Amino acid sequence: MSLLFVQLLSGLANAMFLFLIASGLSLIFGVTRIVNFAHGSFYMLAAYFTYSLSAMLPLGPVAFYAAALVAAFLVAGLGGLVEVLLLRRVYRAPELYQLLLTFALVLVVADAVRFVWGADNKTGPAAPGLAGSVPIAGQLFPSYDLAVIVFGPLVALGLWLVFHRTRWGILIRAATQDREMVAALGVDQRRLFTGVFVLGSFLAGLGGALQVPRLALTTVMDTTVIVEAFVVVVIGGMGSVWGALLASLVIGVLNAYGVLVLPKASIVLMFIVMAVVLIIRPWGLLGRPEVLLRAAGGAVAGERRAPWHPAWLAAVGLVLLALPLLLPTFWVWMAIEIFAFALFAASLHLLMGTGGMVSFGHAAYFGLGAYGAALLLQLAGWPMPLAFLAGPVVAAAAAAVFGYFSVRLTSIYFAMLTLAFAQIVFAVVHQWDEVTGGDNGVLSVWPPPWLKSPVRYYYWALVFAGTGVVLLRLVAASPFGLALRAVRDHARRAEAVGINIRALQWTAFVVAGFFAGLAGAIFVFLKGSVFPVYTEAPMSVQPLVMVLLGGVGAPSGPLIGAAAYKLLDTVITRYTDYWQVGLGGILIALVLAFPRGIAGVLDWRRS
Amino acid sequence: MLRLEGVEAAYGLSRVLHGVTIEAREGEVVSLLGRNGAGKSTTLKAIVGLVEVTGGSISLGGRDITALPTHEISQLGIGWVPEDRRIFSDLTVEENLLVGAKGGTRWGASRVYEYFPKLGQLAGRRGGSLSGGEQQMLTVARTLMGNPRILLLDEPSEGLAPVVVQALGHQIAALKREGLTILLSEQNLKFAARLADRAYIIEKGEIRWEGAMARLLEDEAARRAFLTV
Ligand SMILES: Nc1ncnc2c1ncn2[C@@H]1O[C@H](COP(=O)(O)OP(=O)(O)O)[C@@H](O)[C@H]1O
Ligand SMILES: [Mg+2]
Repeated sequence: MSLLFVQLLSGLANAMFLFLIASGLSLIFGVTRIVNFAHGSFYMLAAYFTYSLSAMLPLGPVAFYAAALVAAFLVAGLGGLVEVLLLRRVYRAPELYQLLLTFALVLVVADAVRFVWGADNKTGPAAPGLAGSVPIAGQLFPSYDLAVIVFGPLVALGLWLVFHRTRWGILIRAATQDREMVAALGVDQRRLFTGVFVLGSFLAGLGGALQVPRLALTTVMDTTVIVEAFVVVVIGGMGSVWGALLASLVIGVLNAYGVLVLPKASIVLMFIVMAVVLIIRPWGLLGRPEVLLRAAGGAVAGERRAPWHPAWLAAVGLVLLALPLLLPTFWVWMAIEIFAFALFAASLHLLMGTGGMVSFGHAAYFGLGAYGAALLLQLAGWPMPLAFLAGPVVAAAAAAVFGYFSVRLTSIYFAMLTLAFAQIVFAVVHQWDEVTGGDNGVLSVWPPPWLKSPVRYYYWALVFAGTGVVLLRLVAASPFGLALRAVRDHARRAEAVGINIRALQWTAFVVAGFFAGLAGAIFVFLKGSVFPVYTEAPMSVQPLVMVLLGGVGAPSGPLIGAAAYKLLDTVITRYTDYWQVGLGGILIALVLAFPRGIAGVLDWRRS
Repeated sequence: MLRLEGVEAAYGLSRVLHGVTIEAREGEVVSLLGRNGAGKSTTLKAIVGLVEVTGGSISLGGRDITALPTHEISQLGIGWVPEDRRIFSDLTVEENLLVGAKGGTRWGASRVYEYFPKLGQLAGRRGGSLSGGEQQMLTVARTLMGNPRILLLDEPSEGLAPVVVQALGHQIAALKREGLTILLSEQNLKFAARLADRAYIIEKGEIRWEGAMARLLEDEAARRAFLTV
């Protein structure tokens, strides 16, 4: 009994942090419609600021508290600066570019933190006066957590007062609902948006700063927290601060008890809750259904439908055929990896570019293709070619199930549900030790001797990846692809002429899942092993970045993007540990100056 | 006072207005009539900068406002009352009015409540819980809070019960007596006829008829050709 009560308290303390971070994120989305990945980076920055400032400020016992407050304000200012300098330029751009821009900020901040504070974990000061524990129901409970449980509702009350008792707060609530109308009544949106960013970033900063006495600081705390915060925001309803509060409490308490009941499922518990909420109530607990939803990803800048020129194709084909005979082995491996990722990116491009459906969980199908092939080879003893071909079938089957639910949603909700399913896949392969080997992965997944030489496997990969990419192109150019585009650009009109939107998008989802699985199968026999990370969020982000790097509008975008990304990765990491800054910088430049990607730049030079 | 000169406008690639020229003089009530889909709402949205103007110009009191952002157009004194009302349903009546307030002197909450006594009784209610007629009053009141020099009313009588339409007509007439300039978009000729001094008829994004309201009432051919009677 007492254990359950203490567990409840610790769940509540966690819920308060979730609320601080998620409320800011939700607020920013509600007003600006920007999905701000960098929110977690602000949280992390504030934690590191607090860590350094509390050592520097000569204030004795209050140094920590002063440092936390200063850090939150610094981060708030930074949020305002980012809004004015960067985000302001992309409010009218397709959602995809906004996502990419804030994602680029994540990369830049992550490297900046590693550069300034180093990669090793840091332990901050204890909170003076609250360092001990108090006995509660016969157990010791940290006084600091108790203070947090009191502080959280105070912040909520403060927010309520701002939203209901100040004109600015009322304008924010109005803008969350209809910002065009607010502008038509004479309110300058730019100032409102900047203000919202400052307040939202302040809340993230406060959350990060106050975590310092509880948690070791790590350079990955940004991504961990942003995923959790998104889950909370989506469950609560995007844009609803009170929904974020409710969802924080649900998730905080559920996690606290979940650990006791189902320790193995604890990491997926919140994703399962999110998936269930999204399926039953797609707009979240306290959110409102979107009336004016555009197609999932929004229109795509500068789409080019020109087919590849036959002469170009022939030249590229010849070069690819001759390549392994000319290159040293390392680069042959590299080329195979690029093929796998080009196919992976091309499969996502069908969803994202042609279909306008941005998936955050495409790695699930890549990973399932890899695991499917590996396990059928090792556990079922299938011959390699058969296992290789069965991998994508496994991926497609999973895509059929997950896609069935996902395509019922649009926009960011679609993205979040695909992410939830990917996390569930991750949890399964991670926890199901007996079959998947858990963290140790599946090892020694090699092709048979007749295929094992790099050059032979190169041709094998070239044939399958090449066929996959060409088939995906044909699909995109077929009447099916045209219908998919019509839905992307004019969902209402497409429905009016009798297109079955869900069936269409579901089919696209399965096709994309199949080819992602094929890419996974190519990859697993290249590496000889597969690990749970293949299904995780960062793996889902890679093809997204590749597609955007190459140019969403161009058919060749995924191929160029995959090659550029992998080469950048390999080349830059040789010279510096801080290659994410470079990638982040390139992405920011692309979004602001060349929204059509590398292929767009090439096009522009040609014409 | 407000003048549109050959205004062209488009939603993305589909062009909707093809050179609309209209004018509203100080203190005048001008009606923009036309069938459903003729381009009335688009014309008003073009004025307030909510659709892209691809040609022509719009000026207020001699000042070119074609390319200004929406909030500046509003601050210069153009008050737009949209056809779908767009009440902030989560906000109370009082809060809805506050969003419209610009701190001018002519209209304030107390004056608005005097004008629309019903709203005073509903001050604490959520906007979303009001009836259609009450929402229509609120949307007009909210715009008045910004002390507009000219009011753009987009089909205010649409979807309201006859009694409510009549009350609304009286209120608009009272605004007219105060000297407020009004551009009234309507399909309902009877409603417009009681209020407007002059009229334009728009059809497929072009002005097809213009003149005094009295003349339109006599010109049965024009009414038959361009309006649903
Ligand atoms: N948001 C929109 N996107 C594309 N076309 C639109 C949009 N709104 C209106 N239209 C089209 O513009 C034309 C004029 O519409 P509108 O100005 O609303 O007419 P009215 O207000 O006179 O009924 C119609 O053909 C309508 O279909
Ligand atoms: Mg209309």
